[in-house]
Amino acid sequence: MNDSISAESISRDSRAPQARRKSLSEPIFGWLLVAPAIIFIAIIVAWPLAETFRLSLTDARLGGENYVGLENYQELLEKKKFHQVITRTFFWMFLSVSLKIILGLIGATLLNAAIPGRALFRVLVMPPWVIPIAIGCIGWLWLYNGHFGLISGVAQRIGLIDGPFGFLAYKTSAFYSAIITDVWVGTPMVALFFLAAMQGVKRDLYEAAWVDGASRWYRFRRITIPQIMPVIVSMALLSAIWTFNSFEIIWILTEGGPRGATTTLIVDTYKTAIGNYKFGEGAARAVVIVALLAAFSLIYMFFLNKVNKMYGNK
Amino acid sequence: MMDRYSRMQLVAIYACIGVFLTFILLPFFEMFMTSLRPLEHLFRAPYQFWSDDFSFDAYRKMWETVPLLGRYIWNSIYISSMVTLLTMILVIPAAYAFARLDFPFKNATLSMFLGVNMFTGAVLLIPLYRVLRTLGLLNTYWAMIVPGVAFLIPTGIWLLRSYLEKIPRELEEAAFVDGASRLYTLRRVVLPLAVPGLIVVGVAVFIGAYAQQFLFAITFNQTREFQPLPAGLYEFIGYQSVTWNEMMAAALVGVLPVMVIFLFLQKYLVAGLTAGAVKE
Repeated sequence: MNDSISAESISRDSRAPQARRKSLSEPIFGWLLVAPAIIFIAIIVAWPLAETFRLSLTDARLGGENYVGLENYQELLEKKKFHQVITRTFFWMFLSVSLKIILGLIGATLLNAAIPGRALFRVLVMPPWVIPIAIGCIGWLWLYNGHFGLISGVAQRIGLIDGPFGFLAYKTSAFYSAIITDVWVGTPMVALFFLAAMQGVKRDLYEAAWVDGASRWYRFRRITIPQIMPVIVSMALLSAIWTFNSFEIIWILTEGGPRGATTTLIVDTYKTAIGNYKFGEGAARAVVIVALLAAFSLIYMFFLNKVNKMYGNK
Repeated sequence: MMDRYSRMQLVAIYACIGVFLTFILLPFFEMFMTSLRPLEHLFRAPYQFWSDDFSFDAYRKMWETVPLLGRYIWNSIYISSMVTLLTMILVIPAAYAFARLDFPFKNATLSMFLGVNMFTGAVLLIPLYRVLRTLGLLNTYWAMIVPGVAFLIPTGIWLLRSYLEKIPRELEEAAFVDGASRLYTLRRVVLPLAVPGLIVVGVAVFIGAYAQQFLFAITFNQTREFQPLPAGLYEFIGYQSVTWNEMMAAALVGVLPVMVIFLFLQKYLVAGLTAGAVKE
C-alpha cells in the first residue's frame, strides 16, 4: 500500500522529468555509471600494474633503463637469499593467519556469550582495527623495548629474564614479535565477522541439541563450526592475502631486520625498489607478488565454491 | 535456560575476556602510561611500573616540540575527508549499476574491482610514483588522496552494492513507469532510501582512509606542511633525543577523531560491514 502512495507522490512532484522515456538504454546507462570508477582505477592501478610488468624486464634505476629480458627473474631464481625470503613469507603468513583464526574464534565465542557487559566488550575489541596501523605500532615499539618497555620490565620483575631483553634486537624474537603485532592488528576484524556469523546461526539447532543433552563443547563443534564454516574459509583466505601484503607493521617495527630476519616478500620489494633505487629488480619482485596473489584468489574461489556446496549454502 | 551459566562458568568466561582484552588494549595502556611519565623518568632502570611523578605535561609540551602537530592532525582529517568524498562520488553510481542494471561485461568488471582489493599500494609504488609525477601531483595533498581513493573504491562498491540490493525494487519501477528518467530515479528515489547504507560505507571508507595514509605519505609527499599525523609523528624523533612521552601523547590525541566517529556509529558500522557474513 505505502509503496503505491509514495510512488504516486513522486510522479506528481513539480520537478518531475519533462522528457518522457527519452531515457538511455539500460546497457549504456549502466556503463555510464560505472565508467568514472573504471577510468580512475585504470589510471591509478591498472596502468601502474602494466608498467610494473614492463619495468620488470628492464634494469631501470635512477639514471635510466635498458631492456634486459628475463634477467631479473633469472637472478631471483638463482638467489639463495630470495628463496629464504619466500619461505619466510609463507611461514609468516601461515603462522599469523592460523593465530588470527584461532584467536578470532575464541574471541567471537566469548563475545557471543549471553553475559552482562558484552556490548561494552564488543566495542573494546575494535580499536586495533579502527586506528591507523602506523600509530598502533608505535605502542608496540615501546612495549618491545628492552630497557623501558613493559613486557621486558615485568618479565624481569617476576624473574623470567635476568636483564633487559630487546625483543626486536634478535632475529628469532623480532620475527615472532612482529607476528604478534600483526595478529593484534588482524584479530578484531576476524573476530567481528565470526561473531556476526555466529549470531546468524539458527537458535532451534542449539535448542534441539540442548534438549538431547549435548554439551556446550559438543554444540560448538557440531553446530557452530559447521554452520559458520563458509565464513571461516573466506576469512582465512582473505586474511592470508592481507597478511601476505602486510608492510607497515614490519617496516615500523624492524624495517625488515635484524639482518633480514623479518624481511618478507613485500618488504624485500620495497627495500629493493625504494630503498636501493633498483626499480627493475623491485618490479620483478612485485610481479612475483602479483602472481602469488592471483594464485591465492583462484584457490579462494575454488574453496569457497566447494565449501558452499558442502554446507549447502546458496 | 540453555544460556544459563553456572557461577564457575561465568568466572571462567570473564577471566578469558579479561585476558583477550588485555592483549587488545595493552599497547594503548602502554602508550598512555608512557605519555604520563616525565622524559627523564622514561629511561630509568630498573623498570618501574608505577611511580609518583606522573603528569599531563607531555600533552601541553608536544605542541611546542612539534609546532606543526595541529596541522598534521588537521591534514589527516582533511585527507581522509577528501578521500571519502571522492570515493563516494565514484562509488555511488557504480554500486547502483552493479546492484540494479544489466550491462555487458558486468560480472567481469565487478571481478576486476574485487581484484584491485588484493593489492596494497606497496606493490605499485614505483609506477604509481611516475604516474603522480606525470600528473604533477607529487608533494601535494593529492599525492595522498588520489591513491587512497583508488584502493578504497572496490570495498566501497562491494559494501554499497549489497546494501542497495536489499532495497525493494518496486519503488524504482513505479517511478520509472510514471516516466521518470533513470538519473532522476537514482537521485530522487534510490539515494534518499539508501542514506543509512551511505553512512555506513562513508564511515568505513573514512576509517580506511585514516589508516592507510602512512605509506603514501612517506613515499609521495616530501612537503612537511601536507604531512598527515602517522608520518608527522616521526618528527618527535629528533637529532638529540626522542621525546617518547610526547610522541605517545600526540599519537593518542591524533586517533581521537576516528575513535569518536567510530564510537558513535559502531553499531551501524559493524552491522553493515558484516552483513555478508550473516545468512539471510
